Amino acid sequence: MDAAATAAERAAVDALLGPPAAPDGHVAFGGFHRAEAQRHLLLPALQAVQSAIGWISPGALNYVCERLIVPPADAYGVATFYALLSTEERPPIVAHVCDDIACIAAGACAVAGGHPSPCLGQCEQGSAAFVQVAGGEDFVIAPVSPDQIAAALAGEQPAPGRRASVRHAGALLRRIGVVDPDSADSYRAHGGFAALARAREQGPGWVIDQVKASNLRGRGGAAFPAGVKWEACAAEATRPHYFVVNADESEPGTFKDRILMEEDPFAVVEAAAVAAFAVGAERTYFYVRGEYPLAAARLRAAIPHFEGFDAEVRLGGGAYICGEETSLFNSVEGFRGEPRQKPPFPTTAGLFGKPTAINNVETLVNVLDIVIDGGEAFAAIGTQQSTGPKLFCLSGTVARPGLYEVPFGTTLRELLELAGGVPGDLRAVLLGGAAGVFVGPDRIDVPLTFEGVREIGATLGSGVVMAFDGTVDMGAIARRIAAFFRDESCGQCVPCRVGTVRQEEALGRVLAANGDRAEHAALIDDIARVMVDASICGLGQTAAGAIQSAIRLGLLDGSQT
Amino acid sequence: MLGAGGGTSSYEEIETTDLVILWGSNAREAHPIFFHHLIKGVRNGAKMYAVDPRRTSSAQWADVWLGLDIGADIAVANAVGREIIHAGLTDESFVAHSTSGFDAYAESVEPYTLDEAERLSGVPGTVIRDLAHDYATAATAQICWTLGITEHHNATDNVLALINLALLTGHVGRYGSGLVPIRGQNNVQGGGDMGALPNKLPGFQDVADPVARGKFEALWGVQVPPEPGLHITLMLEAMERNELRALYVIGENPAQSEADAGRTRALLEGLDFMVVQDIFLTKTAEMADVVLPAAASWAETEGTVTSSERRVQRVRKALDPPGDAKDDLEILSQLAERMGHGWGYPTAEETWDELRSLSPMHAGMAYRRLDELGGIQWPCPDEDHPGTLFLHGWLWEDPLPRDPAPFVPVEHAPPVDELTDEYPVRLTTGRRLDSYNTGVQSGGFDSPIRAGPVLDVCPEDGAAWDLAEGEVVRIASRRGAIEAPVRYHRSLRPGLVFMSVHNPDDADVNQLTIEAWDPKSGTAEFKATAVRIDKLT
Repeated sequence: MDAAATAAERAAVDALLGPPAAPDGHVAFGGFHRAEAQRHLLLPALQAVQSAIGWISPGALNYVCERLIVPPADAYGVATFYALLSTEERPPIVAHVCDDIACIAAGACAVAGGHPSPCLGQCEQGSAAFVQVAGGEDFVIAPVSPDQIAAALAGEQPAPGRRASVRHAGALLRRIGVVDPDSADSYRAHGGFAALARAREQGPGWVIDQVKASNLRGRGGAAFPAGVKWEACAAEATRPHYFVVNADESEPGTFKDRILMEEDPFAVVEAAAVAAFAVGAERTYFYVRGEYPLAAARLRAAIPHFEGFDAEVRLGGGAYICGEETSLFNSVEGFRGEPRQKPPFPTTAGLFGKPTAINNVETLVNVLDIVIDGGEAFAAIGTQQSTGPKLFCLSGTVARPGLYEVPFGTTLRELLELAGGVPGDLRAVLLGGAAGVFVGPDRIDVPLTFEGVREIGATLGSGVVMAFDGTVDMGAIARRIAAFFRDESCGQCVPCRVGTVRQEEALGRVLAANGDRAEHAALIDDIARVMVDASICGLGQTAAGAIQSAIRLGLLDGSQT
Repeated sequence: MLGAGGGTSSYEEIETTDLVILWGSNAREAHPIFFHHLIKGVRNGAKMYAVDPRRTSSAQWADVWLGLDIGADIAVANAVGREIIHAGLTDESFVAHSTSGFDAYAESVEPYTLDEAERLSGVPGTVIRDLAHDYATAATAQICWTLGITEHHNATDNVLALINLALLTGHVGRYGSGLVPIRGQNNVQGGGDMGALPNKLPGFQDVADPVARGKFEALWGVQVPPEPGLHITLMLEAMERNELRALYVIGENPAQSEADAGRTRALLEGLDFMVVQDIFLTKTAEMADVVLPAAASWAETEGTVTSSERRVQRVRKALDPPGDAKDDLEILSQLAERMGHGWGYPTAEETWDELRSLSPMHAGMAYRRLDELGGIQWPCPDEDHPGTLFLHGWLWEDPLPRDPAPFVPVEHAPPVDELTDEYPVRLTTGRRLDSYNTGVQSGGFDSPIRAGPVLDVCPEDGAAWDLAEGEVVRIASRRGAIEAPVRYHRSLRPGLVFMSVHNPDDADVNQLTIEAWDPKSGTAEFKATAVRIDKLT
C-alpha cells in the first residue's frame, strides 16, 4: 500500500506531467476540481510508465495517483482494464502475436515465444506481432516468422517483407502509395489542404448541408448518417464542443483505417479538421488503437501542419470495447473503458459530458471529396441508401487478401473475384468481423450495401469480408470468436459478462458432442437473446451472431476441434 | 454578535453555494454526514478553501489549503478582512444598512497586513489575499467551522473573527451564504434547543430575562433561578473549591473527555455523590455511586432530534431497551416522583407539546407536522409556518427590524501553552473517521482503518528525531506524560504532531492537554499543547 516509486518511474511520469510542486507545509493546491481536471491524464500517465519501465509497479501506481489525485484502487481498476498495461512484472520486451481468426484462416504460424493476441489489424499480411519495448519504441512485424519473434525478443527490430496492402483503389485510396505520408508538401501536391480551405470559405452550415446531401453513413459499423450527427452537435449551445476520431480499429479482420492513417495521414487529419470546423469543436481527439504505433506517429506528425486545429492523439490500451463510442470517451477521460447508457447521446453529452461528434476514420476521409465535389456528386455513387465508395478488408482464403475500394452495390461474388477468388470450395464468408455473421456460398450474389446485407440478415459492420474454404477448421474459428468476446467483454453488464462465458462453454459442448448438438445450440440461442435484449452496448448485442450463424449454416458439423 | 444558537444555513445551501471555506474542521472524518452535503456542493462547482494546521483528508478536497500555524486563525481572518477593505471589496451598502462598528473594526484589522499574517501564520500572504478576494467576490459563500476554531483559549474571539468577515461581505442572512458551525453529534443542537446550557432556558431564552422565566414559572409552579448555572469547566473549578459536591451526569464521559484528565478524575473521585445515566458503563460510570442504565435514543425511544441545520426530526421506538434500561424521560419522571413531584408519566409527545407552549421557535412543530414535512427547521413560530431555511434574513430587510449586527474587533493571541526549548513541539488533537470521541460508542467494534493510539508525525520530523514507524515514544507536556507508537503522516509538517482523542485507555492524550479555557464559551484549548518527544531507548 505504501510502495514508493523508483526514480525511473517518477521520471517517466514527470516527463508527462511536469515536475511536482515543491512540498510546502503551509499551502497546497489540489482538491476535487484539480483532480477532475487532470483525470484525463491517467491513462497517458500509466502508458508512460508502461512504456518506460515495462510494467506498472505498485510504487509507480501510487506515484501516478499522488500526482493526479486519484484513489489507488480506482487507478488500479483502470490499469487492469487495458491489455497493454501490466500490473505484474514482466520482461522488458513482450511480443503479442496474433492468433485471431484471419491469421488462423491464413494458416499463420503458432505463437512461438509470444503472448497470444486478438486481431492486430494486419490481416492482409497473414500473420503479425506487436512488440512492446520498455524504454524504446513499440513496433509491428507483419507478416511475422518464429525467427523474427525470437529476434525481436532478443532486442532486434526485424524488417518484415510486407505484402501489398491496397489491391483495388478508387477515389478514396487514390493517394495511397502515391503520396509521401511524411510530407505535407507531397500531400499538398496531390490536392491536399484544399477541402479544409473550401470548408472554411463556405462556412460550417454549408459543410453540414453537403454532408447531409451526400447521405454519407458511418463506416465503423453503425451506418449512422454523418450529417445528422454533425448537425445535432453543431446546434448544441453548451460549450466546448469536441470532435473525436474513432481510430480504435479493433474488429477482427479490419485493417482499413490503419492503412488510411499510415499511408495518407494528412488526409485523415484534414478531414477531422473539416469536421471539427463544421461541428464547432474547440478540440479534437484522435483515439488510435495502441497496437498501431506507426499510424499514431504519422498522425502526430501531420497535425501541426493544420493551422487553427487543436488536436491531440490518444493511444488506446488494448481494449476492443473502446471502439464503442461511449467507452472511448470514458477511456479518454481516464476511466475504465466501459460503455455508458444512451441517451444522452454523444451529440448532447459526449466526451467530458460535452456535445461531441465522433466518426470512424474511413467515414471521415470521404468528407474531403464531398467538400470538393459537393454532396450531390457523392450521393450519385453507389445506391440511394448506401452512397459513395466503400472499403472492404478481404482476408482468409482469398487469393489476394488486402484492401479493396469499390462502389456500394458491388456483389460479394464480384468482390471475391476481384480478389482472385477462393482457391478451394468456398464454404462461408464472415461479413462484418467477429461481431458480424457467416453467410454461405448461396448468398454470394448479395449486393454489398447496408440494405442489401440487411435483407439476408447480415451486416457490413466495419467492412470485413473473410472467406473460408474447406481447409479451414471452422470449429477453431468459432472457438476463437467465442474466446474473443469472453475476453473483451468489459464486464459491466451481467448478460454479456456471464453470457460470453456461458456461450464459450456451450460452444465447446457443441463441438465435443458427436450426436445431438441441438440442446447446446438452443442454449446458445437463449443466451444470445438475453445478451441482445439486456446488454447496453453493441458488444453484448452482437457477441453471439457469428457463432449462431456458424451453427445454423452447419459450419461446425464434423469439426472436432 | 448575531445571537447564538445554530448554523445559519441549510444543507441544501452548501450543495449549491459558490464558495466553501472549511475553517478548523476535518469534517470528512469528524462530520461525515455534513461533509457529504459539502461534497455535493464541490461537485456542483463550488470552490473550496480549507484553513487548517493539518492537510487533513477534508483539506485534500479543497482547491487551496491554508496550513496555518496553530492559534493563528485571528491573524489570518483579520488579514482577510483588511485585504477585503483595502481592495474595495466591502459590501458597503450591507455594512451601512445592517451592521454597526465598522470603523472600529477597520481600524482594528489595519495592523494585520498580508505580510504580518504570513509572519504569524506561516501561510503565504498571496494565498490569504486570494482567499479574501474569492470570498468577497463570490455570489454566495459559506464559512463552516468546528473545533479547530472553538477548542482554543480564545474560542469566542475566533468565531467573532469569522463572523466579522461575513458582515463585511454580506455573506449571511441570504440563501446560499452563511456561517455554519457544524455540530459533532446528531443531537448536540437539540441539547441546546432544550436548554441544556447554563444560561439558557429551552428555546435559547435567557434565564436572566424575567418575562421568559415568568412563562416557565407559571406553567411549572416553581421559581426558576435567574442566575446562570455552571458549564463543565466552571463545575470542575467549583469542585476544586469544594463548593460542588454532587454531580448528575447524563450521556457524558467527563472522566475521559476533559482536558487535563488526571485532575478531572481526582475531582470526580472527591465528590460526595455522583449519578451517571448512560447507555454504556463508561469510565465515569465506573466511578459513580449510582448508575442509571438508559435506553438508546436511536430506535429505543420516542422523541425528537435537531440536526446541524436546525431541523427537528422525529425519532421512533422500534425496540424495547435491553435489561433494566429505561427511557431518559421515564427515569426523570420516576426520579421526580420519588422526590415528591408527581409529574405523571408524560409521553414524549406530551412533553414536546409543553416545550412548544414555552419555546416560540418550536411552537409550530406539532408531531403531525414533523411527520408530514420530514422535519422542520426552527424558528417555526406557528402551525402555518413552513420553518426557516436560513437565519438572519432580517439583516436584509428595510427598515431593519432590530439593532444592526455589530462588528466585534478581536486580536490575535497565541496559544497559552508556549513552545520552549523544553517543550518545543506543537501537539494538536482531533478525531478520526473510524472512532467517536472517547471511544465509548465506537471502541466496541473493529475497523480496518483504525490507527489506534498513535502519535502522528511528519516523515521529516520522524527522520530528524530518529523515530522509526511503530516505535513507542514518550510524549510529555507540562502536565503529564504518556507513551504511544509513532506513525508517519503526511498531513503534518515539521514541528507539528497529532493525536486523536479516541484511545483514553491506551494513550490518554488529555493527560497532556491544557485546561486553559475560553471564559466566554467554557471550551478548553485541546488544540494547542506544547510537548516534548523522547525516545524510550
